[in-house]
Parts: sequence; C-alpha cells; structure tokens
Amino acid sequence: MNLASAIILDKVKDPKVVFNKLGVPLISIAIFLLLWGAVASQIKTSLGVVPGPGKVWEQTVTLYDEHMEERDKETAFYERQHKRNERKLASNPDAEVKIRAYTGKPTFFDQIVTSIVTVLTGFLVATLIAIPIGIICGLSSTLYTALNPIIQMFKPVSPLAWLPIVTMIVSAVYITDDPLFEKSFLNSAITVTLCCMWPTIINTTVGVSSINKDLVNVSRVLRLGWMTNIFKIVLPSSIPMMFAGLRVSLGIGWMVLIAAEMLAQNPGLGKFVWDEFQNGSSNSLARIMVAVLAIGLIGFLLDRMMLLLQRRVNWDKSATLR
Amino acid sequence: MAHLEISHMSMEFETPDGPFRALDDIQLTIGKGEFVSLIGHSGCGKSTVLNVVAGLYQATTGGVILDGKEVNEPGPDRAVVFQNHSLLPWLTAYENVELAVRQVFKGIKSKAEMRDWVIHNLELVHMEHAMHKRPDEISGGMKQRVGIARALSMEPKVLLMDEPFGALDALTRAHMQDSLIEIQARLNNTVIMITHDVDEAVLLSDRIVMMTNGPAAQVGEIMSIDLPRPRNRVVLADSSEYNHYRAGVLKFLYERQKSEDKGLRVVKSSKAA
Repeated sequence: MNLASAIILDKVKDPKVVFNKLGVPLISIAIFLLLWGAVASQIKTSLGVVPGPGKVWEQTVTLYDEHMEERDKETAFYERQHKRNERKLASNPDAEVKIRAYTGKPTFFDQIVTSIVTVLTGFLVATLIAIPIGIICGLSSTLYTALNPIIQMFKPVSPLAWLPIVTMIVSAVYITDDPLFEKSFLNSAITVTLCCMWPTIINTTVGVSSINKDLVNVSRVLRLGWMTNIFKIVLPSSIPMMFAGLRVSLGIGWMVLIAAEMLAQNPGLGKFVWDEFQNGSSNSLARIMVAVLAIGLIGFLLDRMMLLLQRRVNWDKSATLR
Repeated sequence: MAHLEISHMSMEFETPDGPFRALDDIQLTIGKGEFVSLIGHSGCGKSTVLNVVAGLYQATTGGVILDGKEVNEPGPDRAVVFQNHSLLPWLTAYENVELAVRQVFKGIKSKAEMRDWVIHNLELVHMEHAMHKRPDEISGGMKQRVGIARALSMEPKVLLMDEPFGALDALTRAHMQDSLIEIQARLNNTVIMITHDVDEAVLLSDRIVMMTNGPAAQVGEIMSIDLPRPRNRVVLADSSEYNHYRAGVLKFLYERQKSEDKGLRVVKSSKAA
C-alpha cells in the first residue's frame, strides 16, 4: 500500500504523466463542448434553438438558486408555524398544537436525492436476492438447469413492461393506514430490483461454478461444513466475478429508474425531465440537458463507488480494475 | 497388521468411447512411518492412486483400508499436499493453516493451544517469519512450505504428496527435499509421495513403487532403499549404493519407455503392411 502510493506520488511529479492523466481528458472535453455549441446553434425546434453549453450552465445556476429559494421558504414556513404554536401555548397551555409538514414543490436537487435513494434501495434488494440465487445455481448444476430458462427469459424484459404489473400488484398488496414507504417509491424500487438482479445472478453463478478445483478438494479433505465452505471458499473466490456483475446491475438499475420515473410520474429525475418536457418553456430544453448531464454524472459516480468497494473487498490486489 | 493397504484397486473412467481402464489391480501395503514414493511416466495413473487414497476418487473395484477401516470419502486423516500449493489466496499463511487446525481440533484444543499449534507447524517448515503474508506475496517454494505446514497441522495418519516440488526450480526443490528429510526425521509420518524425479525418490524414500505405463497401469517393481538415515545429498552423491539404486529406477523407467515405443512401432508397421 505504501509502496503503491509512493509510486503514484512519484509519478505526479512527472509532467508527462500529469499531462496524460489530466491534460488529455480536459482537451477532449473542451473539443466536445465546442462541437456541441457549434452544432446546437444550427438546430431550431418548436422550443427555440437547441441550447449550447453556456445556456445549460446558466440553467444549472438557476436550478440551484430555485433550490435555495425553496429551502428558505421551507425554513420560513416552519419558523412561522413554530411561532404560531408558541403563541397558542403561551395563552393556553392545554391547547392542541398542529404541526404540518411543508408541502412545497420538490426541486431539481430534491429529485436527485429521491432518485439516488430509490436506485440504491432497489439495487440493495436485488443484490440480497441475486447473490444467494447465484451461489445456489453455481453449486448445483441441477438447480442451474432448472432456473436458467427462467433467468434467461426475464433478463431482457424492459422496465416499461414490468412497471404496470408492479404498480397494480403494489396497490393491491401494500395496503396500510400508516405507510412506511410511498407507493411510488416502492413501484420504482421494485422495478429497479426486477431489472437489475439478472447480471448479478449470472455472474455469481459463473464465479461460483468456476472455483479452482484444487480449492474444492482442499475443502473436501478438510471436510468443511456447508456454511464454512460457502463463507471461507466459495464467496471469496467468486468475489471478482460477483463484483463485475454488481457493477453492471447498478448501471442497469440507474437507467431503468429514470425510465420508470418518466413513465409512472414517480418522484425523481425522470419525473423532472418529463415535467420540463410537458412544460415546454424556452428554458425547458436547457433544463432537461442539465438533468441529462446530472444523470450521467451520478451514474458515473455510482460506478466509481462500486469500484472503490470492489478494491476494498477484492483479495486479488494485482488485478487491474477499470 | 498393515497400516495402509491398497487392495486390488482398479479404476475405470467413463469416456465417450466406452470405459477407460486407468489402473489395473494395484496391490500395495504400507507400514506405519514408512515413506513410499510412486514413480512412473506421466499419465501412468500415479495421481489417480493418490486421489483414491485421499478419497477424492472412488475406485471402480478394490479399495483402500486404513487402520482396518475402508476409505470412501476425503478426510483430514489423509492430508494432501497438492502440486500447486492450493492455498486460499485471500488468507495469509497463518490463516490458511488456522483454517485446517480449527476444523480438525474444534472442541479438542483451546484457542490458545490452536494458535500455538499453527505457529509450531509454520516453524517446522521455517515459515514463521512470513506467516502474516498472503500467498501472492511469497515465493513458490514458500507457498509449498505453507501447504506442507497445513497438511502436517492436521496430524494425518497418512501424508499424501502429489508431486509436491514438481513446480519448483532445482535449487528450491533441493532445499525443500532437505526440509522434508528433517521433518520426517522428527515426526516419522507415513508418507506417500508421487514424483517423477529419480533422485528425489531415492533420497527420500524407504521404498520406491515403480508403475508401468498406462492404460491399465500396474505396480511394476518395488525397490527397498536401505540407505542409512539421516541422508545427506552431498555424501550420497558419491555413494555407490545410492547410484546403484538410482540406476535401478532409471533402468526400469527407461526400459518401460522403450518397450512402449517398440509396441507402437509394431502397431504402425502392421498397419502399413
């Protein structure tokens, strides 16, 4: 570890390395922005000229300002409520005090948070289902043969096809007076789960079934119990394959979520995009583009997060992860 | 009574072209504390014999009797040292041995006793200095030492070694053989070792079992090596007795190979005619 960081520090001093690692991507981004600006100004739509990078940046700032404004309103609302209640209690200590939640319109940044929480929930549930199934399929070829057709059939199903079914089932089954989760949240998260568990199942199966035969023999000679075998031999040796699957799954989950939110009008970035599209103001296209860039950036960050986790968990430190 | 008996063991593998008879009526008795080497050409079925003794394969007919009980599944009383070390790459040397010790001495030794036992076995193979390193941080010879420590730590009735030093360079191999001689002098284990190295077989063994070429490999000859212990490779290199044994094994291997070649030639010429 120390050696590795020493090498990295040493490389940073080398101007050539700095140029390759930082300069080259910056140049390519600059070229991209120039091309975008040039092409966008040539295309006229019913909502005006397609916005260039400058316009999009302007809208990013606007969206941020709107968010801060909304937050100020919220704080002011709670302050007013608090003062009103205090006055009430001062005149009559037994008075019933009403505390209402602020019901302002969710801002762009609120939608981002909603989407991230939803995708992570759906992905987590998918992982908890997919890894045990993958392990069982990897260990038993009979079960693999039994489950494989089902897995292969559901794997390519589009989220848009799942969504109506999920929506109907959730509203039929999830009936409580005091809901812990919003129905829309459950719909989105379950759709993400259904679409993103397949790569993890398949990769875990492959990882488990391709364990080095000698290690299997070690386990047999030691007469390791079923659980010990899973936790000491099977799981660690399939971690590299498993993580490859998890990263694909999270990527799919993120794409699926945006589509599901658009279609079902569930809160999140997808709804933001759809609302702006329906709104059709002169700023709409620029605001949608902000959302597109945010979706891309968050997808990238989610993948980096998985990569960092993989680096921590993976025992094979010599493996190159990208 | 024999400690370990391989009794009329035959082995057939199912192939698309019908059954393939790898071993034919292998008969061998091994006494307690005896070091036996199996030597033969590649593909003659030496490893199959070892795998049946380990319980990893089931013999088609006949079988293995250890201390009066038939062997029909793998177990730590027949610890195996695999050719390519087979250490778990995600565990350190210490943890690799610990996994075996925990499994075998669960409920018998206390935690502290297990810890001491792991360290003791790593010391036996001179690996105490690197016990907290992972397999990818140590050399091939060191990995094999840890593999031996893991096998020894199970206190097996029989230690099975499948070409344990085959993947090592000559110098490392010599060091490992010396280590094994030293360990054997202290513990006096019953050992079956597979090798195709004539010097290794003569240097380490009490008896050398020479196998004929497969298919349907059999025990060809058994040679007792009555060289005094402790053996020293440098002294033995000049000993006429040592060279006599060595020549005997070489002769067996060479002549078996030649008869095989002749057989092939006959088949070819008859086809041509």
